[in-house]
Amino acid sequence: MSLSKKTVSELSGLYQKNECTQKDVLAALSEAVKTKDADARKIHAYLNPASITPRHRKADQKSPLWGVPIAVKDNICVENEEITCASKILKGFISPYNATVVEKLLNAGAVIYGRTNMDEFAFGSSCETSCYGPTRNPRDPERVPGGSSGGSAASVADHTAIAALGSDTGGSIRQPAAFCGVVGIKPTYGRVSRYGLIAFASSLDQIGPITKDVRDSALMLSVIAGYDPKDSTCANVPAPDYTKVLGQSIKGMKIGIPKEYVETLENQDLREQIIDGAKKALERLGATVDIVSLPHTKYAANVYYIVAPSEASSNLARFDGVRFGFREKTSQSLLDMYERSRGEGFGAEAKRRIILGTYSLSSGYYDAYYLKAMKVRTKIKNDFDEAFKKFDVLMTPTAPSTAFKLGEKTTNPLEMYLSDIYTISANLAGVPAISIPGGISKKDGLPMGLQFLGKPFDEETLYKVSYAFEQATDFHKKLGNVK
Amino acid sequence: MSSIDLKHIAHLARLRFKEEELKVFESQVSNILSFVDQLKEVNVDGIEPTSHPLSLANVFREDSIQPSLNIDEFLKAAPKARGRFFEVPKIIEDKS
Repeated sequence: MSLSKKTVSELSGLYQKNECTQKDVLAALSEAVKTKDADARKIHAYLNPASITPRHRKADQKSPLWGVPIAVKDNICVENEEITCASKILKGFISPYNATVVEKLLNAGAVIYGRTNMDEFAFGSSCETSCYGPTRNPRDPERVPGGSSGGSAASVADHTAIAALGSDTGGSIRQPAAFCGVVGIKPTYGRVSRYGLIAFASSLDQIGPITKDVRDSALMLSVIAGYDPKDSTCANVPAPDYTKVLGQSIKGMKIGIPKEYVETLENQDLREQIIDGAKKALERLGATVDIVSLPHTKYAANVYYIVAPSEASSNLARFDGVRFGFREKTSQSLLDMYERSRGEGFGAEAKRRIILGTYSLSSGYYDAYYLKAMKVRTKIKNDFDEAFKKFDVLMTPTAPSTAFKLGEKTTNPLEMYLSDIYTISANLAGVPAISIPGGISKKDGLPMGLQFLGKPFDEETLYKVSYAFEQATDFHKKLGNVK
Repeated sequence: MSSIDLKHIAHLARLRFKEEELKVFESQVSNILSFVDQLKEVNVDGIEPTSHPLSLANVFREDSIQPSLNIDEFLKAAPKARGRFFEVPKIIEDKS
């Protein structure tokens, strides 16, 4: 078996026993990327597979991430490497510094390996808005890998990466993890430093790992979590070693299923496996599963599509052709230069979001849109606070369907937005949420994501229940056959 | 949202659109706005807005000098720079 198919913990084990070298691993991965990423399936998880330059520094060889190559989404800065957010407006921009997560991984001995494709500025749920063209789902190349961290999820599923970093503003780690049949966690808001992450919506964004199994996710989060004075929204809360809870019993754990999610779920296959099947599996493990109500969760997408574009329109104001990125060169006046650089530099979805956000924040509409959305956001957050008084975790499907086909939703932005309905509320409330393989569709053989949501800063319970479910069901191994 | 509105918003956002782009956007944006308009049915009397999930107070740090990156490093990324400055098209018109 190629070393590229190993998990983080398997590789680490091989290193400790001196059964392979970093050189062997990088050679195997390079071979996998060369032969698979641009083959007839056109997966295209990496932006520049031919010019990947692995980066590492001297570190403790006992570290569990030592020598482990990690792919990085194209919105996380790596020093002296091009970073574009898959947008024409940033093409050619070389980052002058490392994101804190990259620093932490390098200090832990990990190898920063290649940049993965994404929706432009993380605006999208299918990886189709990238200026480099789409990434495809390795489980079925006719289908999207999900988004926006589609390249990261596809690389891990296709074994062209051992593990990857993504970012999640409304589901951008979890939904692609679900579509590709891998594990993705959005940590609690403030758990992981965002210094060096190009901002999309600052009250929602979080960085998190995408991995082949739950143990790898816990290993990676243990390294990247924690306080960072360079990010003033990063919480000064101690970050534990998340691997310590793996294997602990979930006997007596109280799990809630939000009834609003079940009521709106049209996909019968998902209902049978993710709701009924997972419930039984968890009950067999000793947990109690009950219905809970989150009465305002049905407004999550409405709130999100005001809050996220509003914050995005403000964050993206910095791309003006002055200090970095694309400038339209024939403009004679400053205003002309701004408007034409931005008009030509941003893709359609980015422009749509900037327009929506600018409108929601503009004079005369602020109260009706942005302020109203922030108030409903409070109600959504309160619902979670109430639910977590009675339950340790909540479980839901990650997405309302399995991976859809390329082009299926590109002409109808609203329909695309609704593929995030089950993931958005975690970002609005700031709570942590993880997606793990929860079933395999009987209809199309595609992976189905099971999502657990936890209390703020309680990723440990998420890992405990996810690991127990994973070990009992083995869906992550049954999904092993990538086309 | 009328077409005049969209042009106005585009100007506020400093975005230049082609006419054909504007047409597609108009229907898409009004479609999305009527979706978010469902929020009208939620009663939020007496509810405080949430701008941020953490209840953060001001975050202070020591007022001490920290190393920062070299200006030349940043100027390298500029589309146009001269000396220690970013260069942009003329702002003040010469009317003399």
